[in-house]
Amino acid sequence: MLRAYVPIFLFILVAIGFAVVTLLISRLVHAEKPNAVKLEPYECGIEPETDARDRYSVRYYLVAMLFVIFDVETIFMFPWAVILDRLALFGLIEMALFLFILVVGYFYAWKKGALEWA
Amino acid sequence: MSAYFIAHFLLIFLVFNMLVMSAAFMVWMERKVCAYIQDRVGPNRVGVEGLLQPFADVLKLLMKEELRPKAADAFLFTIAPIVSAAAAFTAFSVIPFGSETTLFGLLDRPLPLEVTDVNVAVLVIFAITSMGVYGIVLAGWSSNSKYSLLGGLRSSAQMISYELSYGLALAAVIVLGGSLSLRELVLNQTGYWFHVIPRWYIFLQPLGFLIYLTAGVAETNRAPFDFPEAEQELVAGYHTEYSSMSFAMFFLAEYINMVTVSAVATSLYLGGWLGPILPSWLGWLWFLLKVLLLLFFYVWMRWTLPRYRYDQLMEFGWKWLLPAAVVNLIATAALVLWIG
Repeated sequence: MLRAYVPIFLFILVAIGFAVVTLLISRLVHAEKPNAVKLEPYECGIEPETDARDRYSVRYYLVAMLFVIFDVETIFMFPWAVILDRLALFGLIEMALFLFILVVGYFYAWKKGALEWA
Repeated sequence: MSAYFIAHFLLIFLVFNMLVMSAAFMVWMERKVCAYIQDRVGPNRVGVEGLLQPFADVLKLLMKEELRPKAADAFLFTIAPIVSAAAAFTAFSVIPFGSETTLFGLLDRPLPLEVTDVNVAVLVIFAITSMGVYGIVLAGWSSNSKYSLLGGLRSSAQMISYELSYGLALAAVIVLGGSLSLRELVLNQTGYWFHVIPRWYIFLQPLGFLIYLTAGVAETNRAPFDFPEAEQELVAGYHTEYSSMSFAMFFLAEYINMVTVSAVATSLYLGGWLGPILPSWLGWLWFLLKVLLLLFFYVWMRWTLPRYRYDQLMEFGWKWLLPAAVVNLIATAALVLWIG
């Protein structure tokens, strides 16, 4: 069973190898003449005043937290979807209940304004 | 080493090269289609109809100076393009693009035309395509440039808005097919209704197909959802500070991601390599044709639609796509149980 995954790892290795080798070859071939101005971050010709990694407001952080919760719920759908024909009506009702609870939470978050930009 | 293993290794090698070539072809197609949409001719100097233009571009990029801003995080800045490219390549490894072949009796058992046949292929694709966002966010953060940082932030904002609907749209297809293996899902679409309409899931899942396409465009950062690299606002977004081959890696990753999303859509909704007329060992031609049509659709859309604003996409993803995907999933499940 696990043997089926070996080619995937082979593929990852080939992909990483391809990227690394290409980057190395390009490093050997091209010219490098850095100077102070070239090594500044690009800001359309204006000298950067501050570091870019300042404190900044991630306006959608509540949405990001909701995403983590809902994404985990989504994962539950996959095994259910595969064996739905065996679970039959019981499975459908169970999932409808599960989704109902989820939807109540979703509407609560929506009405609370969690989906708007804070 | 049996002939089977050699053939399998050759196949892996072939798929890898086909991916690189498809990205090159896609660059050419994009420039050509965009040119005709804008009433221009497009590249037509290098090779026949400019077909060798992407290779000229790669040679040019290879010779370009590579700069790393001195305030950048050296390690993360270097690995970000590698992460992007590796994730893009790997996602294709579980996609079947043809039926099984024995190479006209050369092999002792039939070799499926794909890198590997994993029984949870849909999950593998879901997992690996989501890795791509790490490359973008790392690039945006490590560059220490304001434009890059904004690009990275937008990319993660985008990811958390469409990924749920993406997963739910796939779940509805799995309900129909009862399997997570892409090969089985494709084979379940064999046959015709009333001898004319192919049994493709697109006819059972029109809404799901639309949701998948929308989410797929958002996932590959293409117009109208190309906020992480919106050139009018963010210069080049997350790859502003990248040059030379590192830039080419991001470029390659973006185009391969497009090919992958189209290939998954082909397998799940358009019947993969199944099609009329051609004998089954030439099925990969159908696969190629369907993927090309979807890629053309991508380009067409890019040069036709204006860009969204990224809070609009978040709102659209959460308030429209997600409810639609949930309703689609439950309705599909109910209908499958009712009709059987």
